[in-house]
Amino acid sequence: MRSKVVLGRLLHNRQARYGGIALILLIALAYIGPYLGAYDWTDKDFLAFLSPPDADHWWGTTSIGQDMYAVTLRGMQKSIVIGLLVALFATGLAALVGAFAGYFGGWVDKVLMWGVDLLLVLPSFLIIAIISPRLRGASWLWFVVLLAAFAWMITSRVVRSMTLSLREREYVQAALYMGIPRWKIILRHIVPNLSSLLIIDATLNVSGAVIGEAALSFFGFGIQPPDVSLGTLIAEGARNATGYPWLFAFPAGLLVLLVLAINLIGDGLRDALDPGSNS
Amino acid sequence: MGKFLLRRLATNVILIALAASLAYMLAATTMNPRGAYEGRQPPVAEEVIDATLDAYNLNDKTPVFERYLTWAGGVVTGDFGKTWNGGSVNEEMGRRIMVSLRLLLIGTLLGFALGVAVGAYSAVRQYRFSDRAIGVSSFVVMAVPVFLLATLLAIATYNLNRGLGFTLIEYTGEYNPRLSGWDQFLNRLNHLILPTISLTLGSIAFYSRIQRNMMLDVLNQDFVRTAMAKGLRRRTALFKHALRTALIPSATYFAFAFGTMLTGAIFTEKIFSWHGMGAWLVDAINQNDVNSVAAVSLFTAVCVLFAAFLSDLLVASLDPRVRVS
Repeated sequence: MRSKVVLGRLLHNRQARYGGIALILLIALAYIGPYLGAYDWTDKDFLAFLSPPDADHWWGTTSIGQDMYAVTLRGMQKSIVIGLLVALFATGLAALVGAFAGYFGGWVDKVLMWGVDLLLVLPSFLIIAIISPRLRGASWLWFVVLLAAFAWMITSRVVRSMTLSLREREYVQAALYMGIPRWKIILRHIVPNLSSLLIIDATLNVSGAVIGEAALSFFGFGIQPPDVSLGTLIAEGARNATGYPWLFAFPAGLLVLLVLAINLIGDGLRDALDPGSNS
Repeated sequence: MGKFLLRRLATNVILIALAASLAYMLAATTMNPRGAYEGRQPPVAEEVIDATLDAYNLNDKTPVFERYLTWAGGVVTGDFGKTWNGGSVNEEMGRRIMVSLRLLLIGTLLGFALGVAVGAYSAVRQYRFSDRAIGVSSFVVMAVPVFLLATLLAIATYNLNRGLGFTLIEYTGEYNPRLSGWDQFLNRLNHLILPTISLTLGSIAFYSRIQRNMMLDVLNQDFVRTAMAKGLRRRTALFKHALRTALIPSATYFAFAFGTMLTGAIFTEKIFSWHGMGAWLVDAINQNDVNSVAAVSLFTAVCVLFAAFLSDLLVASLDPRVRVS
């Protein structure tokens, strides 16, 4: 079985192993950690404003008395979910658009690739920055859609060019002559054959989205209050980082660890799925 | 060839026009420049606000399509309109492009040169300690987003300066306007240190990864062995034959980064308070400055397509296979 071979290779890869362990620990911290702390992320301790880390508030408190430990973990949950959803949407969209454009060719190809070019030319930062503050009060899922909408174009170009060669393979031709509808051929025969590329791309998209969310939130263009994410916490903490370093250090450190772990896994996956490749 | 280039130019012009129009429409329909005038103390009469906004083509009482036509008519003749408070967008853009250029030129070039050097060195020393150290540190650096890196640098410098009792390294702004001549030049260089570090570290890590992989690919190939077999010194063979071929992918990325350089440094510019193009984007959005937003979008679109063109050109000049065909 190929998946077994790949898994074996992945476990042998030291990078991927460390990355995987780190990621599991981080996810455990994000989802199990809150139950261990004494405070909920919505609690406010009016006796401790901006208190440094101590036995009661493990990671200190914010200027309105929130427990940093609880708030940071809550923010990390959101960042992880955003990363995963954006990666899923973006890679899925890239696979579908690229495969349809490559398989059908002709005007479908032209129109789709034009759309890709247009999206590449539009300044994504600007568009997300204009729209997302107006989503205040709406679901944060819209923000995920926005981030994903600008993260799929380059992959879809790669998918398209790979589809062009897959289209001529015998088994695809055979499926066509058996009368299987084309959209089914794309979903059943073309996309699965691109799975290595797509898995690697999705993994790297997760870290890209986590960084993207944090970057937009840094200017207040990302997740809107009262929701928190690592990005909003870092933005908040950076303002007072010299006087109250715990406001900045914990979310920033977790962000770096999270991205690092995902990137290590992504790199390991590339070695495992695609041994010949370089870069 | 000429026909192909012309067609490509035409598609690009259409793409730019479409992108800029979309950005204008988005900005014009969602932003509210009126707000900046309405909240004033003492209050301004509504007719006065209307007249002012009309003069700047920002009045939300005019249908958006009419405003768009006025704007587009101006852009075609090279006039990008007025900022939210009546300044000329053209002047602002000219000034900010120069600021960005002064900030980014050194960092972009340095990042590429050092990144390629580090990557090539790492490949030649494969699996030795230095190679591993470079690999690990580039992974760590790539996991630190630029806004985090810049903030960390600013904090570290703040503490350093406070510990020393005087300002050794500047961490905000472009220069001290009170100085002149040679002192001001040195002051400008001092102000460049931190933003340049924050810009270059990331690109060094990025380019060194690409360059190392490509170099390893090339080192085992026949033409490098031939070059050494015919009596070239190892150094010459590596530099003249291996490095040049292995440069193609990093050069492609570099061309792209160079073309989009001017709008790419939003975070560095904002955090170190340089008033360049990237910072303008954020400022314009925060100030509901519709015409500036549209101008930045248009400029970005031009940059992206120029960058794509530049990278094609560079690949053609480096890769003999492309050059000949």
